[in-house]
Amino acid sequence: MNIVVLVKQVPDSGSERKLDPADNTVARAGADNVINEMDEYAIEEALVVKEAHGGEVTILTVGPDSAADAIRKALSMGADRAVHVTDEAMHGSCAVQTSAVLAAALQQMDYDLILCGAESTDGQVSVMPALLAERLGIPQLSGARKLTIDDGVAKVERQTDGGFWALEAPLPAIVSTWDTINEPRYPSFKGIMAAKKKPVETKTLADLGIDPSTVGLASATSQVLDFSGRPPKGEGVKVADEGDGADKLVEYLASQKIV
Amino acid sequence: MPVDRELPTEEAQDLIALTRDLADRELAPRAAKYEREERFPREVFRTLGDAGLMGLPFPEEVGGGGQPYAVYLQVLEELAMRWASVALGVSVHTLSCSPIARYGTEAQRRDLLPEMVGGTLLGAYSLSEAHAGSDAAAMKASATATDDGWIARGEKAWVTHGGHADFYTTFLRTPADGPRGISCFHLTPDLPGFGAARPEEKMGLTASTTAALRLDDVPIPRDRLIGEPGRGMAIALGALDSGRLGVSAVAVGLAQSALDLAVRYATEREAFGRPIVQHQGVAFLLADMAAAVESARATYLAAARRKDAGKPYARQASISKLVATDAAMKVTTDAVQVLGGAGYTRDHPAERYMREAKVMQIFEGTNQIQRMVIGRLLAGEAAPAAG
Ligand SMILES: Cc1cc2nc3c(=O)[nH]c(=O)nc-3n(C[C@H](O)[C@H](O)[C@H](O)COP(=O)(O)OP(=O)(O)OC[C@H]3O[C@@H](n4cnc5c(N)ncnc54)[C@H](O)[C@@H]3O)c2cc1C
Repeated sequence: MNIVVLVKQVPDSGSERKLDPADNTVARAGADNVINEMDEYAIEEALVVKEAHGGEVTILTVGPDSAADAIRKALSMGADRAVHVTDEAMHGSCAVQTSAVLAAALQQMDYDLILCGAESTDGQVSVMPALLAERLGIPQLSGARKLTIDDGVAKVERQTDGGFWALEAPLPAIVSTWDTINEPRYPSFKGIMAAKKKPVETKTLADLGIDPSTVGLASATSQVLDFSGRPPKGEGVKVADEGDGADKLVEYLASQKIV
Repeated sequence: MPVDRELPTEEAQDLIALTRDLADRELAPRAAKYEREERFPREVFRTLGDAGLMGLPFPEEVGGGGQPYAVYLQVLEELAMRWASVALGVSVHTLSCSPIARYGTEAQRRDLLPEMVGGTLLGAYSLSEAHAGSDAAAMKASATATDDGWIARGEKAWVTHGGHADFYTTFLRTPADGPRGISCFHLTPDLPGFGAARPEEKMGLTASTTAALRLDDVPIPRDRLIGEPGRGMAIALGALDSGRLGVSAVAVGLAQSALDLAVRYATEREAFGRPIVQHQGVAFLLADMAAAVESARATYLAAARRKDAGKPYARQASISKLVATDAAMKVTTDAVQVLGGAGYTRDHPAERYMREAKVMQIFEGTNQIQRMVIGRLLAGEAAPAAG
């Protein structure tokens, strides 16, 4: 079973994130960059599938040189090898363009199963599995909270607000995962050491046969025209307890239609 | 602020980064609760084992991390900064593995050691008895030779991980080896007649179980002897030299956390119209605490580098245990002082740190015994002292 995990490096959602005022793209330089949180669950799931069915786990990343750190973390968790597509011309690419690059890279690889996180914490467009399924002509099973592989068929429980849908599709297929699917492992010390010796193949747009003018900010299908910071939190309401604190609280909650 | 560490390799930097990440997420959030509930965190040791942190100083051939002591001890210190009971547990586990690693037979090293240093199995080290602590050589529990091994009888005391451990590196009197004969054995709780008593109710380190062992005619198979018969005391004392470095690192980590807590509090808390850190009386107290922490760290690292270089280090190990644990006692006590009334309550960890520091001056050889060892080594004598 050859498993490819799509991994993206994003600015840490726990610290302050910025857009670059020059071109309104996500400011990655100087940010505290980490593996997109949801992707860690996809990596873990890939390792679990590999442990059960054998095979190889390959990490596929499109991103700047600094994304090598995210790749190394994924390899230290136990993935076998990685492909890193990096090219200056891709700066500012939209999801549609990125999906073309990912699809081109995937077409050069052997895969039975493609795993990715259900969303990224920077762009949050959550369309990548659908875009890739369309481009590659394979089924997508999105938003999985459970995955089983059985005799060439992927079965998932697709998480919804009220419960789940049971879906299945023949392999090869693309599956996106939520954080309910597993508990990602820590890299081990030995894993960290071993990761340094694992093969990471770097590819450019030329290697994928992609015309640089079709990607990047200039020809992106979506552009950020303007942005403003999140408004500061309001003052809030202070209830002074003069013996009638409880009444005032209930009054407030009722006025907000909370009770 | 993380401690700015001198590390010899990129590998060591990665190791410290892994330790911090894991300790922040798995140790720090549990510590206060587990200590309050006197609950032993067996699962945390499994996580540490999976990450490869339970056998760092042992060779890679037997499943260890192949790290020098100067690096392993700083990992312990980072663990202790988040949870002293767990860091102590790792140190005791390492101590328990070391006799087989150093004196074990080919078969023992091949069959037993990988699961031990890999952290699948948790270790304990049983030397002390109720009437033989400082004077461990006065132990009474014995192993009498039989046709196919030994029969063990008696009571051991104060065993860290007692009742939870998967193996017990145990020292027993072996009369067959003469009146002073003591031997080292690899005991497991599945042996008939092996039992752990109810855990001690302690002042601190309450998530680290300490219990007596009962040995009721426990049959010990022949292949459970570690090292030569009758050489147990030398094995015990050799292991304790490195164990004392472990306790030093744990004490420094604990002291560092107390210092960090005190500094944070002193910059936020105001009295007489300004943050208390701006009162010289408080700033000087903090300065002395920082001096104690950093000099204790330098002392254990100097001893560790001697060990890593293959030089004798028994005196330096005892000095570092003495300096680091006395520093931890002083620094944690002063941290309570800096926090004032708040420091005396259980709302802040200062009082817990202080309770945890105390026992470090006691186990693995009280600080009186360390002085005795240092004095004897200075006097140029071999030192048949105790732990
Ligand atoms: C929490 C905890 C965990 C422990 N874990 C382990 C463990 O895992 N394995 C293990 O084998 N043991 C363990 N111990 C036992 C520990 O090592 C002993 O408690 C310690 O060695 C002291 O022995 P003792 O308690 O019998 O004190 P004693 O030997 O009775 O000493 C009492 C006092 O007399 C002083 N004293 C004794 N002899 C001299 C002397 N010659 N000169 C000056 N002063 C002296 C001591 O310093 C001490 O102040 C643990 C103890 C504790 C409290």
